Amino acid sequence: MTPLLQVSNIAKFYGHRIGCTDVSFDLYPGEVMGIVGESGSGKSTLLNCLAGHLTPDTGAVRFDTRTDGLRDTVTMSEPERRMLSRTDWAFVHQHARDGLRMNVSAGGNVGERLMAVGARHYGDIRATATDWLGRVEISEDRIDDRPTAFSGGMQQRLQIARNLVTGPRLVFMDEPTGGLDVSVQARLLDLLRGLVREMNLSAIIVTHDLAVVRLLADRLMVMKDGHVVETGLTDQVLDDPQHGYTQLLVSSVLQV
Amino acid sequence: MIRNTGTPNFLFPLSCRFKLMISVENVSKSFTLHNQGAAVIPVMRGASLQVARGECVALVGASGAGKSTLMRMIYGNYLAAAGRIMIGDVDVAVAQPRDILQLRRYTLGYVSQFLRVVPRVPTVAVVAEPLLATGTPRDAALARAEVLLDRLNIPQRLWSLSPTTFSGGEQQRVNIARGFAYDYPALLLDEPTASLDGTNREVVMSMIEQAKARGAAIIGIFHDEAARARVCDREIDVTGFTPKAAA
Repeated sequence: MTPLLQVSNIAKFYGHRIGCTDVSFDLYPGEVMGIVGESGSGKSTLLNCLAGHLTPDTGAVRFDTRTDGLRDTVTMSEPERRMLSRTDWAFVHQHARDGLRMNVSAGGNVGERLMAVGARHYGDIRATATDWLGRVEISEDRIDDRPTAFSGGMQQRLQIARNLVTGPRLVFMDEPTGGLDVSVQARLLDLLRGLVREMNLSAIIVTHDLAVVRLLADRLMVMKDGHVVETGLTDQVLDDPQHGYTQLLVSSVLQV
Repeated sequence: MIRNTGTPNFLFPLSCRFKLMISVENVSKSFTLHNQGAAVIPVMRGASLQVARGECVALVGASGAGKSTLMRMIYGNYLAAAGRIMIGDVDVAVAQPRDILQLRRYTLGYVSQFLRVVPRVPTVAVVAEPLLATGTPRDAALARAEVLLDRLNIPQRLWSLSPTTFSGGEQQRVNIARGFAYDYPALLLDEPTASLDGTNREVVMSMIEQAKARGAAIIGIFHDEAARARVCDREIDVTGFTPKAAA
């Protein structure tokens, strides 16, 4: 099987400070990978390099495009990369307002992504938007409300609907459940798991919440000071951590 | 061994291809506690065992002897420091995460002592999940889950609720239903009857016997001697694999 994403030797420096360095991995279709580490460990920098928001200083991010097979997204042209981020990629931000247009209705937020890939029939767009709002459990009568009138959890679900409506193959998530209360978090996790399975999505999830990765991620990458210190199967890394830092991380979780 | 070309191995039930299902060879394990003075604790040395299809083997030994550790290494939950752990033709000790995931999806089931689920997911969906993951249609998967829950005497009114609030015994039965939902060619059972009453213990016993009859290779930890005597063909004392304290 061809990997969906092939990352080799990614490095990003801020001046002489390390953002992240020496990162390589393959991600296969249907696989969910978690990236954990403390604040400042380079996990968001890495995610932004992978998603094309930042240009890495070295390395390649090869994505298995539908038409031309593996292409390096770092060196591809800006319009090509933008096309990818509208079609095959999705990016779920930690703060829903970074990923939504706050002054456009919920239906408009979902419909906009559809229009960006060529949908023009208003009725179809609205029907698809309604369907997706239903899938993320936002009731139909809220379709014309603006996200500013939504709760944090609803905004996050709307952001997910907006991102997944075009049937992406790879989803980048930056702390998707951060800032949500635990009951909303649980619902969102269940929703994400269902969507990942039904749509055979691959996902890269950055978080510092180990409980979230245990439930969502197949594989785990642990970062510290810009370096990957440990990788492996999620439950193996959490239950039998090999690196001192991972052991510290796992043993520092407060028990409920 | 039949060499197939091109087709993924998991499409052939491993039980058709190997008489020997699980083979552990000379496995050792130690824990290094980096944050506690880098203490190295050797917990296992020279562990070896074989389980054929249709056979149930009990791991025995005093508490702390390493029964669960060995079982977790076989499942890929703990890393083996050395040795080989063959499940069919996959060496868990060195396999890539995605190969282990594939193995766990189609070949190797595990009933742990504790239920770990996404909160707020209904019990019936929790039990059906291994079937959905292997591509069983939703209706069929849920129907099978209901049959299992019924057999394990979980009242129907609880099926649509999340098991997180269930009693210990109920959670364990949900866990067993989930572990037996898909017909894994190899099964690991960590004290499956520990907190069950007589009736339910009997149900679990018969489920294990049925799994053996269809050719599953089973490794179990049973504290209940009667249960062990009834379903297990052999016992392996893991005390023999415990490293002697350095003199």
